[in-house]
Amino acid sequence: MIKVEGLRKSFRGQQVLRGVDLEVPTGSITVIIGRSGGGKSVFLKHLIGLLRPDSGRIEVAGVDLSRLSGRALDEVRKRYGVVFQGGALFDSMTCRENVAFPLREKLSLPVPEIDKRVDTALGRVGLAGIGTKYPEEVSGGMRKRVAMARALVTEPEIVFFDEPTTGLDPMLVNAIHRLIRELHRASRFTAVIVSHEIPEIFEIADRVGMLHEGRIVEIGPPEVIQNSKNPIVQQFIRGEPDPQV
Amino acid sequence: MIDAPAPPALKPFEALGRWTIFLVESLGQFGGFLGQALGALLTPPFKLWPLLGRINYIGFRSLLIIILTGGFTGMVLGLQIFFTLSRFGSEAFLGPAVALSLIRELGPVLAALMVTGRAGSALTAELGIMRITEQIDALTVMALSPMRYLVAPSILAGLITFPMMTALFDVVGIFGGYLVGVELLGLSEGTYFGEMQTFVDMADIMTGFWKSVSFGIIVTWVCTYKGFHVAHGAEGVARATTQAVVLSSVLILVWDYFLGTILP
Repeated sequence: MIKVEGLRKSFRGQQVLRGVDLEVPTGSITVIIGRSGGGKSVFLKHLIGLLRPDSGRIEVAGVDLSRLSGRALDEVRKRYGVVFQGGALFDSMTCRENVAFPLREKLSLPVPEIDKRVDTALGRVGLAGIGTKYPEEVSGGMRKRVAMARALVTEPEIVFFDEPTTGLDPMLVNAIHRLIRELHRASRFTAVIVSHEIPEIFEIADRVGMLHEGRIVEIGPPEVIQNSKNPIVQQFIRGEPDPQV
Repeated sequence: MIDAPAPPALKPFEALGRWTIFLVESLGQFGGFLGQALGALLTPPFKLWPLLGRINYIGFRSLLIIILTGGFTGMVLGLQIFFTLSRFGSEAFLGPAVALSLIRELGPVLAALMVTGRAGSALTAELGIMRITEQIDALTVMALSPMRYLVAPSILAGLITFPMMTALFDVVGIFGGYLVGVELLGLSEGTYFGEMQTFVDMADIMTGFWKSVSFGIIVTWVCTYKGFHVAHGAEGVARATTQAVVLSSVLILVWDYFLGTILP
């Protein structure tokens, strides 16, 4: 389980996170929704240990991540898989080499075993024949799927998705969501997804939390969020324009 | 606690204090970066393939420009020094004058400046793009150290390749001086090379060697640091690349002066 308590973060005096509290049950898909610039990506960067909070706790399987550094932090990260917004594929490597990279460098597996696992991972995301193409030679949707294969190839316990469908057409958005659901059913990892794909994201979420002005203002199953009486949540779900913008 | 604003008369001191804190923090970060890279360099696991890739990137791919600039620098030196020496009737010293200028000074400095322009700027841009496209973050969250994979191999490659490229620059430059002095202006081959053996000793070669080693560290350190800390998208990459080239070039010349006063 991931447990976040009173997470606060400021940049140059501007408060981005103002006391985030959140629990992510093991094996669930928890989705964080919220307006662009509302601190979702900053929050995710705290969960994966790329940013340190000003105050608060981030507990992963009983260990406070915010107090760790160096090798101790890396030990926690070995449980992680992360799918970045733009994929973050290494552009000097082919798609296949990208997927093989964590197996080779993190697990130091023998080459035949790496080949077998890469074939399986690419097959699961529907890219069995991607071969020796470089990331720049494939479409945006394919890049996202390669990024998912890379994140999942080491069979992590926890997978973070940072806006996995940004920039994709509606058909691809649904395809990626379906893929996440299928991969989750097969591997039962704990998933944290940052997204603003409303209402599509409700179909795959077990729980949805709305992050607004640095706080989780509402959290619960998708139907609870959809029927929330909180005007901020309703305004976001309905896509009504913000009078402040 | 909120600090009370400083009285107007103290504003310049406040600005100076803020600037000093920023400078000290930046220098600390800059030094800490090298410390981390050296830590990654000296502790296992050692990464051979990234090192070989960087040697190819910084060294092998710079060979053409080193040969070109080395050759023409030697030719210019041969021409100018010959005409200067001929006024004193001392053309016989052309060989040692060209060799000493190249080995002690021009070889290490010009080779380092050329590699900064070719490979250093590319190194900054490459790391900068990796930073803004989250590739460095991807390495970090895989529990793999970007220092070990990206920075340490670059610094070690600089340490290995800069002396080799300087040596090549010197040899090609001396040959360029030979082409002008001997083949074009009629100095005898024996005089050109014979006097060189008399006047150039091991201390001169070691001066050039130590300079090139330190330039190798300076250039790769500055360029990887600037690339690693890029922010603000494509504009940030462009700014970091310019800063890396300018700072490396200035540091090369400043450090060259200091080493020149220390080394024999």
